[in-house]
Amino acid sequence: MTLATPLKNLDRELARFQGRLKMGAAFVALLATTLLGRAFYLQVVQHEYYIQRAESNRISLVPSAPYRGLILDSKDRILAENYSAYTLELKRGHIQDLEATLAEVGSLVEITPGQLRRFRRLLSESHEFETVPLKSKLTDEEVAILAANRYRLPGVEVKARLFRNYQAGPGMAHVVGFIGRINDRDLTRLREEGRDRNYKGSAHIGKTGLEQSYEALLHGRTGFDQMETEASGRVVRMLSRIPPVPGKDLRLHLDAELQAVAEHAFGNYRGGLVAIDPQTGGVLALVSKPGFDPNLFVDGIDPETWKELNESPARPMVNRVLRGIYPPGSTIKPFMALAALELGLRKSTDTIVDPGYFTLPNSRHQYRDWKSGGHGIVDLRKSISQSCDVYYYQLAADMGIDRMHNFLAQFGLGEKTGIDLDGESPGLLPSRDWKQRRWNKPWYPGETVIAGIGQGYNLATPLQLATATAMLANGGKRIEPRLVQAVRDPLTHVWQPLPGVVRGQMAINPANLEVVRQGMMDVLRPGGTAAAAAAGAPYTMAGKTGTAQVVGIKQGERYKEDQVAMQHRDHALFMAYAPAENPTIAVAVMVENGGHGGSTAAPIARAVFDFYLTGKRPGNMKQEAKRAAN
Amino acid sequence: MPQTSSWIVRRLSHLDGILLTLVLLLLGISLAVVASASGQSPARISGHLVNMGLALGLMLVMANVPPHLLSKVGPPLYAAGLVLLIGVALFGEVRNGSRRWMNLGIVAFQPSELLKLALPLMLAWYFQRNEGVLRTRHFLVGGALLLVPFLLILRQPDLGTALMIGASGFYLLFFAGLPWKVILGGAALGTASLPVVWGLLHDYQQRRVLTLLDPTSDPLGDGYHIIQSTIAIGSGGLFGKGWMQGTQNQLDFIPERTTDFIFAVFGEEFGYLGVIFLVGLYLAIVARGLIIAARAPTLFGRLMAATLSLNLFTYMFVNMGMVSGILPVVGVPLPLMSYGGTALITLLLGVGILMSVASHRQLNKT
Repeated sequence: MTLATPLKNLDRELARFQGRLKMGAAFVALLATTLLGRAFYLQVVQHEYYIQRAESNRISLVPSAPYRGLILDSKDRILAENYSAYTLELKRGHIQDLEATLAEVGSLVEITPGQLRRFRRLLSESHEFETVPLKSKLTDEEVAILAANRYRLPGVEVKARLFRNYQAGPGMAHVVGFIGRINDRDLTRLREEGRDRNYKGSAHIGKTGLEQSYEALLHGRTGFDQMETEASGRVVRMLSRIPPVPGKDLRLHLDAELQAVAEHAFGNYRGGLVAIDPQTGGVLALVSKPGFDPNLFVDGIDPETWKELNESPARPMVNRVLRGIYPPGSTIKPFMALAALELGLRKSTDTIVDPGYFTLPNSRHQYRDWKSGGHGIVDLRKSISQSCDVYYYQLAADMGIDRMHNFLAQFGLGEKTGIDLDGESPGLLPSRDWKQRRWNKPWYPGETVIAGIGQGYNLATPLQLATATAMLANGGKRIEPRLVQAVRDPLTHVWQPLPGVVRGQMAINPANLEVVRQGMMDVLRPGGTAAAAAAGAPYTMAGKTGTAQVVGIKQGERYKEDQVAMQHRDHALFMAYAPAENPTIAVAVMVENGGHGGSTAAPIARAVFDFYLTGKRPGNMKQEAKRAAN
Repeated sequence: MPQTSSWIVRRLSHLDGILLTLVLLLLGISLAVVASASGQSPARISGHLVNMGLALGLMLVMANVPPHLLSKVGPPLYAAGLVLLIGVALFGEVRNGSRRWMNLGIVAFQPSELLKLALPLMLAWYFQRNEGVLRTRHFLVGGALLLVPFLLILRQPDLGTALMIGASGFYLLFFAGLPWKVILGGAALGTASLPVVWGLLHDYQQRRVLTLLDPTSDPLGDGYHIIQSTIAIGSGGLFGKGWMQGTQNQLDFIPERTTDFIFAVFGEEFGYLGVIFLVGLYLAIVARGLIIAARAPTLFGRLMAATLSLNLFTYMFVNMGMVSGILPVVGVPLPLMSYGGTALITLLLGVGILMSVASHRQLNKT
């Protein structure tokens, strides 16, 4: 019994073992099937997905920024160009203690307080993994010092970057504009327009001026290098390369020398000037004084300089030619005169007697002439040459505001000119309808009277005045002002002209136009309001002076220039074209607080005409140039 | 001279031809994959070769030790293992946050590695002694023998090794005839106590399980390993990218790729067909082991052969399951494939025992 049981047990245990062995084998088979099933799922079913994941692991696209197009003046002088320089940049995401790192960097290379302020401002606007420039244009020595200390400064990088240089100086700032670092707003806009991919490698974008309005042409197309990279990010090799396409170069109508002459002619005055080729609409000069140094903005301006520029009473950041809106004043008179003739309200020989004031019927309010006592007997030509207000008070009352509006609108007043710069103001050309819409008020007859001399609601930019003047010069052809005349493909080096845009041709009786033009020529002849400015000119000019009031003058008072503080003096206006017989240049000048158009604005136009038509430079400018050369 | 050569022939005759062929094939593949994964590092390849030579030598020795002698080694080896484990718990070195290493002056080693063989040997010796009179109390004693080292290793903490050693002990008890009601009862109890166990797990262990459930929850931390290894395997496709052509491997995206994650490299470079072949190779080894177990004349031999076979398979399954993302990341190398001397020696010692069991059939009967 005791012996048989173990034996029987032995057999039973052996049988049980064999059974468990089979179960073990089944267990193995089950788990192996699970594994193979998982591998099948990964390697066959999901293969496409994982091969893509592996490829995106492996391949990184490294953008290479294109070379930005150059901006050249009409004689191919460089206004904006690129240069490569080393910059010191910090990657916040890789820096543990920013202050310690800044102190460390500061002990190696000199960091000015301005650079530090600028850095902090940029830092506050940037994302964690963006690199933020601390100092640009490093010297070779600085690059070497930083390279030697790189190992103990994680997140501090020295990078070769393309920069923009505006060597033409502050005078060109309002034309060329500047590029600046791409901010969130730019990025959002680029995304909305679907252009953000093209900016993958770019740090900058045009912010103002031509840099902004021609951004699409100047920027070029970003290239991409397909790099094979290790998990650590180290590049192993280049797989393929789509090279960047450089941006297109721009050639302007504008002549940098003419621009300099115009700027110089302003002396210490602030103001704006624009000169247009009346045939093509090409902008020959565009001055807004004071300017500013656009180079300050390229890599981020420091907050204090920015505040200084922005809060300066001289308002250097405002482009007066595009956005400065002023009552056109007497410069509107030639257009009013033409309207009178074209609408049949006056003949050129019709005369009035100017007592020095005008009153509307059933009103005692006196609309005064600028000349106390009046101009006496005045015909149309004299009304222009002497700028007789009463003539136009009466004319306006006869014409009515709606006819006045409709006629003047044909010259583009109250409407954007369509210049190839962003941000121009449309000015304001009032009408009965406009007043109802804007103010929900009826139009009063007295408003028509002062509108006749370009006061009241009327507002125009110097650019609008110049464009309208060009129409008088070219016989009613409405052209859009253009800064850029041609675009060069950087690969083929072929200049492709950008044709000007003609918006339409006004139907004007040539005889009527001729009378007005004669009147404008009289302005620069003895007895005219700007006669002094034309003295000794070897060509004939035609023009019109104007004054834009800064402060209102009460009924019964007179404006006395010498008793008014400088900043409250009137703005001087002058519009002109030359040569009068065959005009090749039309200008509008606005001198802030310049007083009379004839005495301050007209000489500036003269200097521009002199240089453009005869090549003559202002005398003191030649001396300065000589001094600079010595 | 003829005497020596016949001695060598006799020693070699204990090697099981089929098993040897399969193992050498696997080691050959391992060498190729380690070469690829290490970027053909001469140090890695020669180191791997040295490890292989050493382990194969020990396997040969083990194959020549008759099972009845081997069974006598069980108790002292097990006792020594326990002493060392207690020693580690008291004086061991802490590495990577767990107390596993024993520094013996020249070499530092993990006593838990010793238990991988000592525990089955001990248990097999115990059941052999009580062959034919097995009662419930024998299984209780067996369970206690299993639980002591298991708990000691668990609290190092080294969950992976503890589970693997626990599994080997369980296999032995299972083949020895552990009653079903105990197995099912234990399984039910285990399931019920899962929340308690979860609470006992260390943070990093919990995280690993959670990461398995959703690797994308932590793509740069714990999830990174799983994500990158599944990408590697999945991108290998049916035929693989070719030896030394795996981008995930060559460009450093696979972590630990000569050791724990070597299967990802293999899967990427040799594809699904390669995986089928590799799994087939393991299955062939396991099958051969089970056949040896079935034919073994003694209970000791049967239990050892069956347990070691299933153990090898378990290592393989846990490793591949981890690398392909169906099991949590536990530090278990792929048997006979991963680079690393200790694991290779332990495994080939086990294969040596299998061979010993296979070749000492007649001898033992007498």
